[in-house]
Amino acid sequence: MSIEEKVIEIIVEQLDVTREECVPEASFIEDLGADSLDLVELIMAMEENFGIEISDEELQKIRTIQDAINYIKKKKGLAS
Amino acid sequence: MGTPVERRVVITGMGTVNPVGNTVDETWAALCAGKSGIGPITKFDTAPLATKIAGEVKGFDPLRYVEKKELRRLDDFIVYALACADMAMQDAGLAIDGSNAERVGTVVGSGIGGLRTIEKEHSVLEQSGPRRLSPFTIPAVLPNLAAGQISIRYGAKGPISCPVTACAAGTSAIGMSFRLIKDGYADAMITGGVEAAVSAFGIAGFNAMRALSTRNDEPEKASRPFDRNRDGFVMGDGGGILILEDLAHARRRGARIYAEICGFGCTADAYHMAAPPPGHEGAARSMEIALQSSGMEPAAVGYINAHGTATPLNDVYETQAIKRVFGEHSRRLAVSSTKSMTGHLLGGAGGLEAIVAVKALCEGIVPPTINLDEPDEGCDLDYVPHKAKPMTIEAALSNTFGFGGVNAVLVLRRHRD
Repeated sequence: MSIEEKVIEIIVEQLDVTREECVPEASFIEDLGADSLDLVELIMAMEENFGIEISDEELQKIRTIQDAINYIKKKKGLAS
Repeated sequence: MGTPVERRVVITGMGTVNPVGNTVDETWAALCAGKSGIGPITKFDTAPLATKIAGEVKGFDPLRYVEKKELRRLDDFIVYALACADMAMQDAGLAIDGSNAERVGTVVGSGIGGLRTIEKEHSVLEQSGPRRLSPFTIPAVLPNLAAGQISIRYGAKGPISCPVTACAAGTSAIGMSFRLIKDGYADAMITGGVEAAVSAFGIAGFNAMRALSTRNDEPEKASRPFDRNRDGFVMGDGGGILILEDLAHARRRGARIYAEICGFGCTADAYHMAAPPPGHEGAARSMEIALQSSGMEPAAVGYINAHGTATPLNDVYETQAIKRVFGEHSRRLAVSSTKSMTGHLLGGAGGLEAIVAVKALCEGIVPPTINLDEPDEGCDLDYVPHKAKPMTIEAALSNTFGFGGVNAVLVLRRHRD
């Protein structure tokens, strides 16, 4: 499973949204109905799944699904 | 606000989730049939515990009341509260909108709050460290989040609170709501009590006090209020929520009225953190004050839904208190403990048992005290053993007493126009 696919799978599970809603530019808060606590929980699930740690400062910059994918790729040393 | 007319408070909706039923109708049928909701604990490993039985909520589908995503962030006591509130609001047909939102309040009690969440997240803290704690831990644990989540769901912007008065919490909540409507601070209240404390921590904690029955081989016979062979209470999960309304408000919208709440009494024992004093004068005063505030004569009371926990002290002392208040009339009263079937819902008990008392008034049936094979010395009232009893009742009391020496009593009356 690619990082993109895995990220979307986690979002679908955590935020109870459909796969179709999970377009790359979708904003967690504006488009996917998450609040700040949902976001913390979502990031915790990402940390667990990808074996990374995301600081609160970095968390502030993750607004969209694409932001999350880019960030995880960078952390894993896979950035383009 | 502040009309000179004395306001009267009626009940127009009810909902419950508890060990004998997941609706009011299911519950009432089970109680009248003398059916026990006590069984072996299934939700966690009881091997190391002295008590292995409880009244768990069974066959309950939380997704009927709460969305999947929401469910993860709520403790069970809040889920039960939302389910009870949903049923009660539908039953009452009460719509909350811009015109009345600020006049509808929410007071829901809980003795302990999110105990199972505390347990779970404390294990996470110990095993995985603080960064792995769910951000929903605190809002799932706080006892007032039952009321909070209900008010959010329905947009009820009136008074909100959460009495945390142990096993009296549900009654404290209903009593407070009664006063809020009577005194003109609200026109309707969503109120009652809920609990979900059947957990390893909860059982172990009450076991340490030697407060729970250990009759593990006969779960259905374990809760034995007033019986010589009782050996403590049996814990249960769930609760009950009622919709209270100003009588004029209920009439204006053509609501169905179940019964009237006409009195509330609350006193402190100022005696011991867990034990009642001999004679339980605090309980007696609580009943007396409730009756005085109702303006009714003690002789009008036909039924008392007793606190009746089946602890050695409560049942004898509660009986003494009833005799002190009612004198000769105590011989004509029906007194039953439905905890014999539901177990003790702690903060949820007052919510559920107010509903039971209302049903007894409406249906003219007193639900029994099951497992009362041989009344204990000093327990010599009519506890309606084993079988429900048809009986026309003018008024009923709901007694609940809690650790910390809290005594809370409601007086309910059959509704007449």
